[in-house]
This record gives sequence, C-alpha cells and structure tokens, in this order.
Amino acid sequence: MTDEETSDVPSEPNSPAEPSGFIDRYTLSQRAAGLIAPVITAGIAFLLGGVVILASTGKAPWGVYAEIFKGAGLSWFFEVGNYRIGLPWSDATVWFPWNVNDIESQAATNLQQTLITTTTLMLTGLAVAFAFRCGLFNIGGQGQYLSGAILAVIIGSNLDGLSPFLHVTLALVLGTLAGALIAGIAGYLKATVGAHEVISTIMLNWIVIWVGVFLFTLGGPLQNEATGSPISHDVVEGAKLPVFWGDPLLQGLHIGFFIALAALVVYWAILNRTTLGYGVRAVGFNPEAARYGGINVSRNYFLAMAVSGAFAGLAGAIDILGWQFRISQGDILTSSVGFVGIAVALLGRNTAIGVGLGALLFGSLLTGTSTRNLDPEIFKPELASNLTLLIQGLIVLFVGADVLVVWLIAKARRK
Amino acid sequence: MTPRRLGWLGIALGCLAAFVALPPFTVRQAVIPIVIGIAAIALGVYLVTTGERRFGWYAVAAGAIGLALGWGATRSSTSNLEEVVVWTALFGATLRYATPLVFASIGGMFSERSGVVNIGLEGMMLTGAFFGIWGADKTGSWALGLLIAIFAGGAMALIHAFFAIHLRADQIIGGTAINFLALGISGYLFIDVYGQEGTPSDISAIPNISLGPLKDVPFFGDIFGELNLMIWLAIALVFVSWVVMFKTSIGLRLRSVGEHPRAADTVGINVFRTRYAAVVLSGMLAAMGGAYLSIGFLGSFNENMTAGRGFIALAALIFGNWRPFGAAAACLLFGFSSALAPRLAEYSKSADLPLDVLFQALPYVLTLIAVAGVIGRSVPPAAVGRPYRKQ
Repeated sequence: MTDEETSDVPSEPNSPAEPSGFIDRYTLSQRAAGLIAPVITAGIAFLLGGVVILASTGKAPWGVYAEIFKGAGLSWFFEVGNYRIGLPWSDATVWFPWNVNDIESQAATNLQQTLITTTTLMLTGLAVAFAFRCGLFNIGGQGQYLSGAILAVIIGSNLDGLSPFLHVTLALVLGTLAGALIAGIAGYLKATVGAHEVISTIMLNWIVIWVGVFLFTLGGPLQNEATGSPISHDVVEGAKLPVFWGDPLLQGLHIGFFIALAALVVYWAILNRTTLGYGVRAVGFNPEAARYGGINVSRNYFLAMAVSGAFAGLAGAIDILGWQFRISQGDILTSSVGFVGIAVALLGRNTAIGVGLGALLFGSLLTGTSTRNLDPEIFKPELASNLTLLIQGLIVLFVGADVLVVWLIAKARRK
Repeated sequence: MTPRRLGWLGIALGCLAAFVALPPFTVRQAVIPIVIGIAAIALGVYLVTTGERRFGWYAVAAGAIGLALGWGATRSSTSNLEEVVVWTALFGATLRYATPLVFASIGGMFSERSGVVNIGLEGMMLTGAFFGIWGADKTGSWALGLLIAIFAGGAMALIHAFFAIHLRADQIIGGTAINFLALGISGYLFIDVYGQEGTPSDISAIPNISLGPLKDVPFFGDIFGELNLMIWLAIALVFVSWVVMFKTSIGLRLRSVGEHPRAADTVGINVFRTRYAAVVLSGMLAAMGGAYLSIGFLGSFNENMTAGRGFIALAALIFGNWRPFGAAAACLLFGFSSALAPRLAEYSKSADLPLDVLFQALPYVLTLIAVAGVIGRSVPPAAVGRPYRKQ
C-alpha cells in the first residue's frame, strides 16, 4: 500500500466526496487494503472463537485449532517426503501423500474432502459476490443451490443410457438454470416493483426447501420407495462426474473442482471484460449515476440476480453429480453452504481470487469440524460446527467494520 | 360510491363466494359461489376499465380465489368440511402463530422508524427463544426466563446498534452477521448444555390466561377463553406502541430521527441515543417473540427454530407500512396462512401425496406475494439504512 493509492482518500469531514455510504467506503477499502483487512478480520474472528473454546471447555484453543487444521488435511502441504503413488505395477513415489489408502497419512483423504467443500463454496461465494457487485444482497444462495441440486438429481437419476458427456452436461446446465430462475424471480421483483431482495430471497429459500422436502419425503412424488427413507433415487453411473483423485466410491475429488476454478475466471471475465459486467458494476457503484448515464438499472438488477443464482445452482448440481449422488430430506433441511457463501464473498472482498481463498478457508473449517474428521475427545464436532457458524458470523460482522478500520488508518495517514 | 369503495365491495364479494360454501352455511349448490365470484370479478373488471386499476385487480383476484375455493368446497362432503373448517380453532391458531410475528414486527418498527434497518430480527428472536428456555430451566421460573431472554435479545441488538450507529457499518450486513451469530451462539450453547437429549420436558412454561365465566360465551369464549399470556401482551403491545409512536413526544422524536436526523439533531434531539434505545428495544421485543415460541408455544428448543419468522415479521412491517396496526394486521394474515396450512393438508388427505409438507410453504409464498404487491406503495422512513454522522 503506497501513499499514491491512498491519495484519493478525502480527509475533510465535510468535503462532498467523503465516503458516507457503505459502497463508497467499500470500494475505497478495496483499493486501499488488498489482503491486509481480510486477514485481520479472520484473525479477530478466530481469536474470539478461541476465547469461546477456552471459556466453554477449558481446553487450549490452539490445540483444537491444530486438530481442525489436521482434520481439514491442510497438513498435507507440510508432510513432504517420499510417498508411494499406489498405482498398480508402479513403484513411483511423489513428494506429497497421494494414495488415499495410505495408512501412514490421513492427509490426502482429508484434503480431498476439504477441496470438495471448497468447490461448492467457491460457487456459492461467487453467487453472493456477483450480486454484491451490482449492489444487491443475494441472501438466497441456499435456495438457489438446492434448486440446482434438486434438478440435477431429477435429470441424473432419469434418462439412463444417455451418453455420459451429454447427460452430465444436461444436468449441469439445467441445474444452473434452475438456480438462475429462482434468483431471477427475486431480481425481477426488485427490478419491477422494488421488492427488497433480502426478504424475497429468504422467502424463496423456504419455498424451495419445502417443495424439495415435499418431493423427497416419505410418499413424496420423487421419493425412492425402495429405500423406505425420505431420499431421492440415485444418480445413474453415466451422469456422475469423473473423479481424478481418490476413491470414486468414497467421495474422491471430482472434476467439478476445475469447473469451479473455471467459474472464478468466468466471474472475473464477465465483470471486467463484458458489457454486462460494466453495467453491473456501474449500477453497484451508484444506481442513480448509472441510470443518468443511460444504463438500464432494472435490467441489470434482473441479470445480476440471474447470473448470481446460476453460480449457486451450478454448485448444487456439481455436488449431486460429484459426490452426493442423491438428496435426502435431511440434506435439504440442514445444508447451509449457501449461507457460508455470504461469509466467503465478504471475506474475499468480492474478487475472484478472494472468493477462491475464502472458500478454501471455510472449506477447511467445515471439513475440519465435521464428525468424521474431528476427534470427539479433543472437541465435540457438534460444538465445533456451531463454532464455525460463530466464526462465520464474526467475520461477516467485522467485514462491515474493517472497512472503517482501513478508512481510519487512511485518514490518520493524511493528517 | 367511490371506485375504492366498490373495490372493497368486490373483495368482500370474493370472500363471500368462498364463505357461503363453508360451515356454518355450507351451501351445497355450486352455482351460488360461482355467481357471487363472477359478480366480484365483473366488478373488478369494470373498475380496471374505468381507471381504478389497483383495487380493480384486487377484486378480480379475490373473486377468482373465492370462486375456486367455494366451488371446491361444494364438491367435498359436509362432514369433511366441518372437520377442516372450524372457525374458532382456526382463529385461535392464527393468534398463536401471529404472536411471535407481532412482537418482532413491532420491535422492527421501532428500529426502522429511528432509521436503523434491522435484518437481525430473526437472530434476536432465536436468541430469545434459547435464552428464554435456558433461563426458565435454570431458574425454574418462566418469568425469569422471559427476563433473561429480553436481556439476551437486547444484548444482541446492542451489538447491531454499535456497528450500525457508531461504526456506521452497512446495516444489512450487520444484521446478517447477527443472524449468523445467533445461530452459532444458540446452537453452541444448546449442544453444550443440553446435548443430544434436547431441552427437558418439564420446563416452566408461560401460563394461559383463563377468562373464567366468559369462557362459556359461544364463539368468543372458544377463541379467547384460554389464551397464552403472551398473546394478550402482544395485543396490548400493538395499542401501546401506537400510542407511544404517534401520541407522545418520545414517538415524535424517534420518528424525526428516522426521517431527518440532521433536523432532529439541530433541535437538540440526541440522534445516537435515540437510535440506540430504539434498536435495543427492538431486540428485546423480538426476543419476547422468540421466548413465546420456546416457552409459551412449544415448550422446547431446537436449532434454528425460528425458521425465517424474523424475516416474515419484517415483511409484515413493510406490508403494514411501518405502522403498528398495519403490521399487526399483516402478522394476522401470515399467521392465518400458517394456521390454515395443516388444515388444508387434512382436507387433501385423500390425495395420496404428502401435501401437508407442501402447504408448509404457504406462509412464505404469501409473504413473497405480499412484499411484491405492496412495495413501492408503502413508504419507508426517509433516513432508514443511512448512518448518521455528527457535525
């Protein structure tokens, strides 16, 4: 951060250019503080989380965090050595643990789980971030994610015999469109009658949840009656995403990871290299100015929400085709990845790279605190998952304030 | 007759079309609700063509829905109808479902009228729901439980107020953070204190108020004879908040801070203090709504039990144009849809599908339609969502 970068920061409290609104201050801080503010924000949130651990269990927080770190498989990056790759007729070794059946190290398996979650969170984070860039708060990522998942499970479990490539593509595209449609309703209402997107997207969340539960509950029209449980039919083999690392039967890392990485690039390209992105950003900076400049604000509200929902819908479809292969009533009622996307986007400052890193952080947290990866002797996983929620809330809370911290620093420097 | 009155008449006709086919009248000829419904639609169409578009469309919609419901009702058996449509039970359930919404909605009104958006109502309700049952369990007294809930909700609101007022953070993001925090805190403590067994069943619950001899009055007694204390408090709250908001100098100050904080500051009103008080009050009221859910209505707690009610309350506030009686009426409407949902499911028992689950979405659909239909016509406080900076 150089003086030049902070030079447009106005310091006179009464100057007309003073950043008064959140968006103003937000763009300012984006220019001023790159990586520093999110790191501080996350640091404070983890610190407070540590206080909660200490206060409620009396255990040293760093021990718990270290265990979560290990459970998330992030230790993989430090376990350098010689590892057998584990392929048949091959004695080849690599520097990092690769073989998931390796008894010496759980790191490879854990890291795969983390990256699977990261895939989802990158997309739900992008969903929130894209709407944000248009000045909209898409809090309905959860419903859009579920609608994508539901449509993918319907397509994936039917049409058996279709060529795998076509089948996967069809399910992904329709899942994406389902997300776009659900978010588009909120965008349309915002554009035409001015209904606040926060309320309409929350209502759409619950509508999708109950329709989804209706479809797959006991006796529901799409329930798999053979199982006797409230669950959908299984996705057929041909509609599953190929797994490139790990055991396909035990949730290996699927190519959806690369789709999500590509989505980060697409997000950047749409925003910075297309007319749509220009319009979206212009409306996000200042709707009135954009309108005055001849940009159709209503149209951009609708399109921004639709694109936003498309990312979330794609996340749902990828989860179904990549590792879940079916959806249950419980999944629909308890999933919260759409909400985590809010924290991911805010922590990542709505940039493509930021969202990627934010998704990795929360992917690690969610995986590291899951029942499977966290030793209940160290810390109860049920508690830890709520701790994740707490950290998430603190991060969202401080993102609003870190902008202010940055602004104060900038102001102090000018004096 | 003014066009608007005619519009109301059309809406009333639409309701009548459905009503005649239901108990106690239970008209069996399909033609009667159809004729009444068509009359309502015709009136609506006439109004639309003569220029009163808004009420005209309302009348058309009411007529069409009334016609459909009435016609449907004439086709089902009388005994089935009498099982489903029990007006006293429906009204009673409406009051029970509307009560938590009324508390949160009136709370939201104080916050928003002072110029602070409170998306965190949901989290404050949830906080109240947990701390209410925790307090009632630990102290053995529902009154202390309620008090602890109120304090906890106020504390959550204080965090929101500090970030919104002093740090001038974005109020929507701050409110969302409150919702996450509340989910995390209540979930964490719930698991930590109660674990897998859940809350004990012998919680000291908020008592019902028995009206004694009035209970035997037909119809009235069936609905109001044995209501929870919190329902009566909610009804009182609507009246009290109206008086405070529109008939006292406190209310005038609060509204002026929300409409034009600079002007209010100039005449000596402390904008920050007023906003802090309003936001904390909103958290306390929302927490009372949450506590009613846990220790008045259900007698138990589970994670995320408020299930979007805070947002429905917020929608009711908008629908009611930021006024106590308007908000309360909207809460009753949403409460009625919640009360109706399980009964409609009863009605569709023969359908061989779990429609009862689908009907759970009804309140949310209705809220969405209400928000879409009314916004732009309801006017928020002028300074809502804008942080104030002292000069």
